[in-house]
Amino acid sequence: MRDAIRLYGRYIGISIRGQMQYRASFAMQAAAFFLVTIIEFCAIWALFDRFGSLRGWTLPEVAVLYGMVHIAFALAEGVARGFDVFPQMVRGGDFDRLLLRPRSTALQVAGQEMQLMRLGRLLQGLAVLLWGAASAGIAWTAARIGLLIAAIAGGACLFSGLFVLQATLAFWTIETLEIVNTVTYGGTETAQFPLSIYRPWFRRFFTLVVPLACVSYFPAHAILGRPDPLGTPPAWHWVSPAVGVGFLAVSLRIWQVGVRHYRSTGS
Amino acid sequence: MTPYWAVASACFRVLLQYRAAAAAGFGTQLFWGLIRVMVFDAFYRSSGAPQPMSYPQVVTYVWISQALFALLPLGPDADVRAMVRTGTVAYELLRPLDLYALWYSRALAQRTATAGMRAVPMFLVAGCFLGLQPPPTWTCAAAWAVTTAGAVLLVCAVSTLATISVLWTISGEGISRMLPILAFLFSGIMLPIPLFPDWAQPLLNFLPFRGILDTPLRLYIGHLPPGQVFGLLAHQLAWTAAFVALGRWVLARGARRLTVQGG
Repeated sequence: MRDAIRLYGRYIGISIRGQMQYRASFAMQAAAFFLVTIIEFCAIWALFDRFGSLRGWTLPEVAVLYGMVHIAFALAEGVARGFDVFPQMVRGGDFDRLLLRPRSTALQVAGQEMQLMRLGRLLQGLAVLLWGAASAGIAWTAARIGLLIAAIAGGACLFSGLFVLQATLAFWTIETLEIVNTVTYGGTETAQFPLSIYRPWFRRFFTLVVPLACVSYFPAHAILGRPDPLGTPPAWHWVSPAVGVGFLAVSLRIWQVGVRHYRSTGS
Repeated sequence: MTPYWAVASACFRVLLQYRAAAAAGFGTQLFWGLIRVMVFDAFYRSSGAPQPMSYPQVVTYVWISQALFALLPLGPDADVRAMVRTGTVAYELLRPLDLYALWYSRALAQRTATAGMRAVPMFLVAGCFLGLQPPPTWTCAAAWAVTTAGAVLLVCAVSTLATISVLWTISGEGISRMLPILAFLFSGIMLPIPLFPDWAQPLLNFLPFRGILDTPLRLYIGHLPPGQVFGLLAHQLAWTAAFVALGRWVLARGARRLTVQGG
């Protein structure tokens, strides 16, 4: 395990040095990511400015939700984005080389690329979260802070799991399935608003199929001290982030099945 | 004109082959549109105050903006970017053609092919099932068609400028992400322009980005009277001319100091 982490560190170091070769581009990328998310939040702010509230939610409360989801997504994107370039590896037959090395394939794929520019999104998510946390009138306790961190960690696991699943599909399809982006990018878009505003079929999808609600909507109720209008018990709000970890574990098992199914495309 | 037309039509035909990508794009836009509509629905139910746009108008606005999503200037031409990185851009410079016009015609083909393929199914599906309304009058429809053409010209001028910027940044990643961000917020795709705060309206109406989506869309739903179409078209064309002039200037400077990569 220790060895695996050190190896991953080496991979990341190489990736960072590579990105630093395009310094001006990197600075613009990070700034762009910071801006894009700031701008997204401006749009939400403008909506609240017009309409006042969203089904009983205030802007600072939505900001907490928004911050949680975006930090989790940025972490997952930074760490597991190597899976995004995986279909090209399959197409080029490069995955064969990974199979020859006596290390976990998931680790090697994840370590291929660490996108430093995602730092921008992370910082912005953090800024929005801190602002929301300060102005939503939350009674902060150690337990609530712990739950907040657990929810973000669970969310990062969940999004990583989605990236792994997207890559796993490439074992069969040999190409990137853009449609999966609807649950990753679309998922962040969905989960930055309280789930209770959506139609029931849509809510069920993001609770049962892609359990995004378990790492954002449910724990947010315990953190904000609100009762859930959908009627889930308060105890559930405290344990639901664990579902994200479970999702990642299942995704990695499916990955193993995919690896066994792999047939080199050659070239 | 003929060589540019040949490049554009070749580009267009290549892109029409990517039907799977178009299907994926359609699915993504459909999903995105559904989220937007549900969020607007919740906001409109939360406040009884009169709004600058009615809920059915917003729904139509959202679906057309999703249908024409591919028009947003999503940065530089991927092929040109690869050429700059590998050094084959030298061949582009050698051609006895006006390089700006060449890249502009590529952009034109790419925009119309990708947007066209995605827009048609979206209009059908959203029109039949998801609350996309037809324009209230024929004049609104005509004003929409004219300004959509203006939007395409504007978009191509902006994205050609992004393509040219690749000569400086090489990876082209930075600016290719900056432009869509500005376009995202100020074109109306994230939020229809009338729903922005009132104090921001003059600035937003001045900026070029509203010409990409907001202008044609509001003419379509009749939120802007069709009589204003000439002024709005002039706004689009003036910005197009400005972006073309800037693009040509930057290209002339870039071509002089360009270091060809690779070998």
